[in-house]
Amino acid sequence: MQGEILLKNVRLVDASGDRGPADVLIGEGKILALDGGNAQRTLDASGLILCPGFFDPHAHLREPGQEVKEDLETGLTAAARGGYTDVVSMPNTTPPVDHPEVVAALIKKARQIGQARLHPAAALTQGQEGKLLTEAKLLKEAGAVMLTDDGKTNEDAGVLALGLTYAASWGLPVSVHAEDAGLRRGGVMNEGPLSFRLGLPGNPSAAEAARIARDLEIVRYVLERQTQDARHDPRLHIQHLSTARGLQLIRQAKAEGLPVTTEVGPHHLTLTHERLESLDPVYKVAPPLRTQADLEALIQGLLDGSIDCIGTDHAPHTQAEKEQDLIRAPFGIPSLEVAFPLLYTELYLKRGFPLATLIERFTDGPRRVLGFRPIHLEEGHEASLTLLDPKSERAVDPAGFASKAKFSPWAGWRLSGWPVMTWVEGREVFVHPSFAVGA
Amino acid sequence: MITELTQQTTLPKHLLDFQSWSRKHIEDLFETAKLMQEVLSRPVKKVPALTGFTVATVFFENSTRTRLSFELAARRMSADVLSFSAATSSLAKGESYKDTLLTLDAMGIDAYVIRTDAAGVPYQAVRWLGKPIINAGDGWRAHPTQALLDAFSLLERLGSLEGRKIAIVGDILHSRVARSNAELLPMLGAEVWLCGPATLLPSGLPKVTMTTHLHEALRDADAVMALRLQRERMDKGLLPSLPEYVAGYQITQERLGWAKPGAPLLHPGPMNRDVELEGTLADAAQSLIERQVANGQAVRMAVLYHLLVGRKSA
Repeated sequence: MQGEILLKNVRLVDASGDRGPADVLIGEGKILALDGGNAQRTLDASGLILCPGFFDPHAHLREPGQEVKEDLETGLTAAARGGYTDVVSMPNTTPPVDHPEVVAALIKKARQIGQARLHPAAALTQGQEGKLLTEAKLLKEAGAVMLTDDGKTNEDAGVLALGLTYAASWGLPVSVHAEDAGLRRGGVMNEGPLSFRLGLPGNPSAAEAARIARDLEIVRYVLERQTQDARHDPRLHIQHLSTARGLQLIRQAKAEGLPVTTEVGPHHLTLTHERLESLDPVYKVAPPLRTQADLEALIQGLLDGSIDCIGTDHAPHTQAEKEQDLIRAPFGIPSLEVAFPLLYTELYLKRGFPLATLIERFTDGPRRVLGFRPIHLEEGHEASLTLLDPKSERAVDPAGFASKAKFSPWAGWRLSGWPVMTWVEGREVFVHPSFAVGA
Repeated sequence: MITELTQQTTLPKHLLDFQSWSRKHIEDLFETAKLMQEVLSRPVKKVPALTGFTVATVFFENSTRTRLSFELAARRMSADVLSFSAATSSLAKGESYKDTLLTLDAMGIDAYVIRTDAAGVPYQAVRWLGKPIINAGDGWRAHPTQALLDAFSLLERLGSLEGRKIAIVGDILHSRVARSNAELLPMLGAEVWLCGPATLLPSGLPKVTMTTHLHEALRDADAVMALRLQRERMDKGLLPSLPEYVAGYQITQERLGWAKPGAPLLHPGPMNRDVELEGTLADAAQSLIERQVANGQAVRMAVLYHLLVGRKSA
């Protein structure tokens, strides 16, 4: 299915806006032209949207060690189906990704699989134990794009300060799961009147805000101590923001000029803690689903750029694990395959969220956070692209996921804006089966 | 006698909590419980009402009194009882709740009585099984039959709960008994006060009053219920010490005097004598503790009857 392809009359949408129809010629891994040309295959793409490939800064692909939940092949295939050309994998695997050899091996295997591109995040500390730093230089050379202890929440502020300082030398951002373990106290849902009534241990929004406040203070401290010849600023990326108060702190820090970025997950933009009334572990996620006021604030933060990007926090688990009770069931929702249509439908169609801004948060936003060059829909740019069908409406069917995780809190939701084709450097890595590409 | 009971209003299919139950449903259930009390007063305490039905008691969490009470209740009505205990089961070998329940279901169960240490499993079971589910206690969430037997015992003593002040004292935050009573008693017209140390008091239960001051809770109360104090709460830093709790919240003879004269004293058990209650109070005339246990059986017979037979004929 390779060779040149001409997308006739396709609508271009990227960070610069909705640019209307064009005849896009793709070949040699690049966008060859926007005004047509000769191709082996032509596709009438009227009514379809072409945008830069999505980039997920936060997915759990579970390899090595937890392949029963997901592996690189299923995870990256799920990503390509979801319109993603690039995925950052989290290092909280078994064992954790904390050696350059492991990073290199993962990238090599992902290339062989040939779906979405893999960019591993590596652990910030050896074994994610929060004590000794990992080899940031060697990890970077092996292909790691970020350092994080992820769900292990960097209890020792001194170690985080050292990690931010050292990672900066090699231009690596450090990302943090911002939750204070003491305040969280084993909570499984948002703490408040509802958690008290349901009899479930609560996780207060203060657990997130208190940790963000601490981590921002660490960034200030690291910046103050930075030597004159430092080539890079320390960069702190706060994962999966869930609270209005956390957003407020980040907004203030950005206004102050601190090098901090953040992401939000599709679940925190579309679901609230009332879903837990069903006592169904499918809604159990960390940080937990919050209130409607938090959700509204997060949408506003995504709109005004205080939140840089969408990160799926794709977190696959086995059915049996997720069907345990709410205390024992693991945290997490698989979302690579539904993130875009979900937000296209719930934010753009239902709330009028600007489409170009939404697409930016899936494409350039995360690339900027990770230090990647943006992809523009211009001649000569790499053809890592996503084609979307804004018209056809389809229900979410977890049984049909490429991901090994076959559950979803959005099962049955009728969504539009599904990806129908994904190219990585001009290679077609996904074509929707109902979508015949003419010769 | 039992045939008189078939004129029920349509009941909810399950007893998970009281959200889908109305006051009328509860009152009907209590009428049945009174008839069951009569059965239990006979020399031969057995009726054929549930002949041919199989009730599974599925206890993923240990329990003595609730389990025995349910099993005896089912047997008194001639049901077959399948008794399952997690401590010695496949669950300990890693089998999931769902697979365990589906395995039991393949044996032809008509109703399930489920207890777990985590909120939600009986609700999940509703999604997995098409049979009546009775929640026999799930984590901190709900213990509806305990609340029913508490209310039934209070009604027996007080006549009506309309406008009555009921004080519940102890670790409210972690108590499924308190939550279920906080749902049920206001439905029956009672004014519920929940009292305990601030670290063990939630803030989100509707239709009840919360206080950390024992005197406020007990003053002019029509009934007082003490809850079991779980000592592991101290390890988690929620309570400074046992003497500290006793000093602030133990129900003593003197403190019980703040309530109305003769106000009944309840405790859902198991009881730590001289912690929640001054030891001798448990055996005093105003104690309903043994009556609660006896009524538990009649109430659970009524619940099983309503969900299996009453509903069917409705």
